[in-house]
Amino acid sequence: MSKDIKIKKGLAIRLKGEADKTLSNAPRSRTFAIRPSDLHLITPKLAVREGARLQAGDTLFFSKDNEAIKFSSPVSGTLTEIERGAKRVITKITIEGDQQDVFRDFGVKTPSSMDAAAIKSHLLAAGCWPFIMQRPYAVIANPELMPKAIFVSGLNTGPLATDLDFVLQGKEKELQAALSALAKLTEGSVHVTIGKNSNSPLAGMNDVTIHKTNNLHPAGNVGTQINKLDPVNKGEVVWTIGAQDLVVIGELFLTGKYNAERVIALAGSSVKTAKYYRTRLGSEVATFVYDSGLTDENVRIISGGVLSGTAISPKQHLGFYDTAVTVIPEGDDYDLFGWAKPVANKISTSRALTFSWMTPKKKFDLNTNTNGEHRAFVVTGGYEEVFPLDIFPLQILKACLVKDLDAMEALGMYEVAPEDFALTEFVCVSKQPHQQIIRQGLDLMYKEIG
Amino acid sequence: MGLKQSLHKMKMKYEGTKMAPAFNAIHTFLYLPNETTHNGTHIKMADDLKRTMNMVILSLVPCLIFGIFNAGYQHNIQIGLVDAAAGFFSPEFWNLDNFSIGAWKVLPLVLVSYGVGLLIEFIFAVIKGHEVEEGYLVTGMLVPLIVPVDIPLWMLAVAVIFGVVIGKEVFGGTGMNILNPALTIRAFLFFAYPTWMSGDKVWVTGAVDTVGQPDAISGETILGSLAQNNGFQQWDLMDQFLGFIPGSVGETSKLLIVVGALILILSKIGSWRIILSTLVGALTMGLIFNGVVSQGWVTESSKFFGLMDVPFWQHLFIGSILFGAVYMATDPVSASQTNKGKWIYGFLIGFISIMIRVFNPAYPEGVFLAILLMNVFAPTIDHYVVEGNIKKRAKRLKVKTA
Repeated sequence: MSKDIKIKKGLAIRLKGEADKTLSNAPRSRTFAIRPSDLHLITPKLAVREGARLQAGDTLFFSKDNEAIKFSSPVSGTLTEIERGAKRVITKITIEGDQQDVFRDFGVKTPSSMDAAAIKSHLLAAGCWPFIMQRPYAVIANPELMPKAIFVSGLNTGPLATDLDFVLQGKEKELQAALSALAKLTEGSVHVTIGKNSNSPLAGMNDVTIHKTNNLHPAGNVGTQINKLDPVNKGEVVWTIGAQDLVVIGELFLTGKYNAERVIALAGSSVKTAKYYRTRLGSEVATFVYDSGLTDENVRIISGGVLSGTAISPKQHLGFYDTAVTVIPEGDDYDLFGWAKPVANKISTSRALTFSWMTPKKKFDLNTNTNGEHRAFVVTGGYEEVFPLDIFPLQILKACLVKDLDAMEALGMYEVAPEDFALTEFVCVSKQPHQQIIRQGLDLMYKEIG
Repeated sequence: MGLKQSLHKMKMKYEGTKMAPAFNAIHTFLYLPNETTHNGTHIKMADDLKRTMNMVILSLVPCLIFGIFNAGYQHNIQIGLVDAAAGFFSPEFWNLDNFSIGAWKVLPLVLVSYGVGLLIEFIFAVIKGHEVEEGYLVTGMLVPLIVPVDIPLWMLAVAVIFGVVIGKEVFGGTGMNILNPALTIRAFLFFAYPTWMSGDKVWVTGAVDTVGQPDAISGETILGSLAQNNGFQQWDLMDQFLGFIPGSVGETSKLLIVVGALILILSKIGSWRIILSTLVGALTMGLIFNGVVSQGWVTESSKFFGLMDVPFWQHLFIGSILFGAVYMATDPVSASQTNKGKWIYGFLIGFISIMIRVFNPAYPEGVFLAILLMNVFAPTIDHYVVEGNIKKRAKRLKVKTA
């Protein structure tokens, strides 16, 4: 029962510095780190002490609220540092990696001969569970709930996106194992969405429903696909999982190892040779950023994409869920009459003396300047043009700002994640932080309604 | 040390002080600030509120310039200094005599409007510690264009204070107001000084001073004349379209308003939905009135006959319906915020405008009242539009559980 998606509302943001489709091995990182801030609403409880020797796959910590959810060490090495913030909350766990990884053996298993409970406990034990996210609330999935469906996006449509067709090449066996396992965890089906003209390795998978979509951003966002295919109602749960995380899960079944390998796209206009690197979850970004080289001193390094990633320093580490590192110029400079003069070198959805509409194929070199100050919501109608979900974006944002739980629920808060509001944030004339507003709204609902 | 560096140093020095918003307002006028993104999207679109407001002002400039010349022209033609203009580029219109009289009258209106309004904005920004918002840049430009040319400056100043404080700041400033601030100012003038705003003296400069004299200047508008069943007087359709008629300062030239509308629509700043539906609403009401007349239900003896008998399409050429539709109804803050709501909102503005125009013989212009009325109802319209989406979602849930 495949259903194709075609969205008309959206925005293609074309940027300079797309990653070249060549894959290199990144130099081995000395330290690896996990930042609990990547794991939204998880309070870590340590399973090992500082100084402990770890194998790749050994449990580092688990969630305080649900001790079944475990987080594993991505490498073998020594736990060297536990950084704590206010109220002794753990902010970073650093592991000094060994030269060679030694993997803990979880045993080779065939998903087809396992039942749901066995698959679940296997994933939980090996630390693969945190890759599964749930909606509502856009947090790590609650293993006790039964999802009505599971969604996997097989394409990226965002600016400087990681090309999943390229990244997943040759991983068919792992993908199939993971998808077969996941198919047993839902009462509905596993929906996999791929690009219309792509040769995605996901296209031939069994046990799943394949959908095709056009390539206008945000068609690749899993939130868009959920809204178009099987929207979340009150009381329902769906799970989502990143395509690369499927490979990790698949390898767990096929080899018994927790191999948190990542192929990341190093992209952005400040990168000398933008290309793909094979590295590991939590590795220092300096290892490959400096391997490729930067063209500029004053840059912003982002773990993730330009729309929803996290700003980090080169000494810091790749985020838990991130499959890209983007480097763009900082925009901390003034621009004389920048608000009045005609601009052709920045993207705009209006034509208010902005000329990007005349050059739809042009690639832009955008920096981090906000292009204006934060204001109250004034202009209307602009968000709807780039927001394909059947939801009123301005109204739901305002409901979140005034903490009106009833309105938030009625307007469709169960269906959204912050990343769904990345495009409306990008085009916001008032420079409002949409993703943060939605995140805080979701957290409030989680706390109040659960 | 360049201007950029010295201003940056001053900004750092003033940061956190009481006067910072006032300084920043001037600083950000000169320079797009050095602010960078922190969380969320690391890149942002080129447009900010200043650029958006700036487009509206640019689209108003032709109307202002025309208004200046027209103010002088209307005066001079009555005292016989110039002849009737033959075409849009007629030298009888675009000459220094007209300009000097007009500029002397209109520019003080602009200065008072901006001076008083921005002063209040700065005071409120400093008191409340927020940045000076750009909303008044457009309001301040609109106000001189929608008042009679002979309005005393003190009266304008009082109205601007009222409009900005009561119409906007008490609600929390730009983006929070319910009513269109420029129209609040207009409404205040209308209700506080009705003899000034509704008479037949104030629309041509000099008319007030010459009352009773043998060479008295008539200050009447076409609408006023029609309301008294006196027909269109000497002005033909071309005069009305090009704007060589008496009226509020900036609203007479329909040609230039259409130009402004094109600027707003093509730059995607003004909502074409509102503009179009307002005009459709006005034409619909006009057609209904024409129908009533042709049925013979209203006869020439009726005091409504003059305006009811105006061909429906000609309503767009007289009065300020076109100006209101393009520049006033489209104010995004006080208009409907949903796309579907905008259609309803605009249509009702046009519809009610013409209704008030015809049925209000004391002051035959209903556009600003209609827009203010619909400003009040815009949230209600939105409520029902959004309710449709909510119902759809609720129904989806019910189908599932059933």
